[in-house]
Amino acid sequence: MSNLAILPIIIPLLSGIILAFFPKKLTLVRLLSKLFIIGNLLVSGFVLYTVYTSGSIILETGAWPAPYGIIIVADSLSILLVFTTNIVAAACAFYAPHSLSDRKEQHYFYAFFFFLITGVSGAFLTGDIFNMFVFFEVLLMASYALIVLGGDKIQLRESIKYVLINLFSSILFVTAVAFLYATVGTVNMAQIAQRVQEVDQQGILTTIGILLFFVFATKAALFPLYYWMPNSYIEPNPVISALFGALLTKVGIYAIIRVFSLIFIYKIDMTHEIFIWIAGLSMIFGIIGALSTNNIKLIIAYNIIPAIGFIIMGIGIFNETAVSGSIYYLVHDMIIKTALFLIAGTVTYVAGTSDLRKFSGLIHYYPVLGWLLFLAAFVLAGIPPFSGFIGKLLLLTGALSESEIAIVIIALISSLLILYSIMKIFIKGFWGVKDASFQPKSTKGLIGPIAFLLALSVILGIGAEFFIPSIENISAYLLDPEIYIDSVLKE
Amino acid sequence: MYKSNDLILRTTTSIIVFILLGFSIYLLLAGHNSPGGGFIGGLITASAIMLLYISYGSETIEKILPINYRLLVPIGLLLALGTGIGSFFFSVPFLSHTYGYFHIPFFGELELATAMLFDTGVYITVLGVTLTIILSISKDQ
Repeated sequence: MSNLAILPIIIPLLSGIILAFFPKKLTLVRLLSKLFIIGNLLVSGFVLYTVYTSGSIILETGAWPAPYGIIIVADSLSILLVFTTNIVAAACAFYAPHSLSDRKEQHYFYAFFFFLITGVSGAFLTGDIFNMFVFFEVLLMASYALIVLGGDKIQLRESIKYVLINLFSSILFVTAVAFLYATVGTVNMAQIAQRVQEVDQQGILTTIGILLFFVFATKAALFPLYYWMPNSYIEPNPVISALFGALLTKVGIYAIIRVFSLIFIYKIDMTHEIFIWIAGLSMIFGIIGALSTNNIKLIIAYNIIPAIGFIIMGIGIFNETAVSGSIYYLVHDMIIKTALFLIAGTVTYVAGTSDLRKFSGLIHYYPVLGWLLFLAAFVLAGIPPFSGFIGKLLLLTGALSESEIAIVIIALISSLLILYSIMKIFIKGFWGVKDASFQPKSTKGLIGPIAFLLALSVILGIGAEFFIPSIENISAYLLDPEIYIDSVLKE
Repeated sequence: MYKSNDLILRTTTSIIVFILLGFSIYLLLAGHNSPGGGFIGGLITASAIMLLYISYGSETIEKILPINYRLLVPIGLLLALGTGIGSFFFSVPFLSHTYGYFHIPFFGELELATAMLFDTGVYITVLGVTLTIILSISKDQ
């Protein structure tokens, strides 16, 4: 039944509402939140299975036919991302009780956590551009509450910046939607795509496309709009940083993928050429940021930017290999960034500081944590058997077949430097002489979720043979917008 | 000690509050066919309660209206979401609304729609959010 498509949005919303009734009963709240997130993971897995076996699920809410009502489209790309979101969220839900203080948990942490998942899933699943704006706001509102949770001075300062920049880009989003509505007369994405095709993407439509790109690039932290991101992502608790790093920027990327593979695809030499340059600059500036600091959290946060660059590069090149590379890299990056933020949080917790110059020799006390970090560095940089390799290989093959040599060189060098920036944490923090005065802290419950995520990304790399065909199906589907339009408008 | 005498304010408030509350309920119910609805109805109810707080002070009002406004937010959301989920049991798409004609004593033949329940959810949520914001700002710590 078509109502399946809305379940990944409703379940977290309902869970958040239920948990908002008794925020102080921590034992019950923790238990329920784990149950709810596992339930949601299973349901979205089932929807994923249904979509892969019997095609996209289109839900016309309120039984209004497609261009008039709001539609929810669970197609192979959106439901894959929703499923990944739930994996990440499940790991965070299990990590959270061990990392957050009781006081923070009592102040509606779990309710906001579920509202964040609601917003992210909604933004992935919607088929209506104004509805996408609304779900962006749902996830941003929840993220405002999460970023300031605890109320430290530095959190308050960073949240002001975060709220201001996001408010500004939301205003720009509404303006762009208003322009688009004035030009094509609809907010349903399938119908917009159809009408843009009919009027042959005039100049004004390209302008609106670039405007929308700026909005999504601000949310996704691309060059030159990333300056707000690194500092505001490291100040909240590690769980919250992990959720932000894994989900918020990726929603912006998803919006770019969707809009520029469905709607604005008739002036590719103009728009998509810009993307390649922005991707290259994001990689360069992101990696410079990651190398410039000794703060381990900041190193991880800066590593988001080149990853976003890699994904955008695939959209810019816009052939089947490169787009499947982007999708593969997107899924891989959501999982590995969560794992890295959780590792950085754990290291900061056990060492008592996030400054690399102040501790060393942790491997004597925490061998498992050390080797997990080592593995994560390999996965992130793209050492062959692991998942980062497959995505980058597809992207580089795609780029070479369009003879975009410059971006290939930049991508390869930045991969090397990504490896160096993470290995620096391992070399400086974990190697070295045993510090006898060090007081080891218990890492009970913190290692499990990290190991789970890393195991998944290793499977994603080793089992690539199994995943690649469905990823290639998604990219073939994305490159032929007619399938989407026909499935939504039923012509 | 000087004690302010706000007899005129309190007397006028006790009359105006009932007009405001009645008007807000009217707006909530009229929303389907004329301007109004859950959002504006909730805001006007909240402003009536705020007027009570301003003229009688928070101790008095907390005694006569012992409501935890923070709890109203999930209740309203649950009601609004519940009308959407209700459509699952009738095998129709999410958020499908329906209506029917009912004979109610004294009022006679009335058209009742499930969209009204959704609006009531909005009303309760707006009321809860507005009063939570204002009362948590006003209580200085």
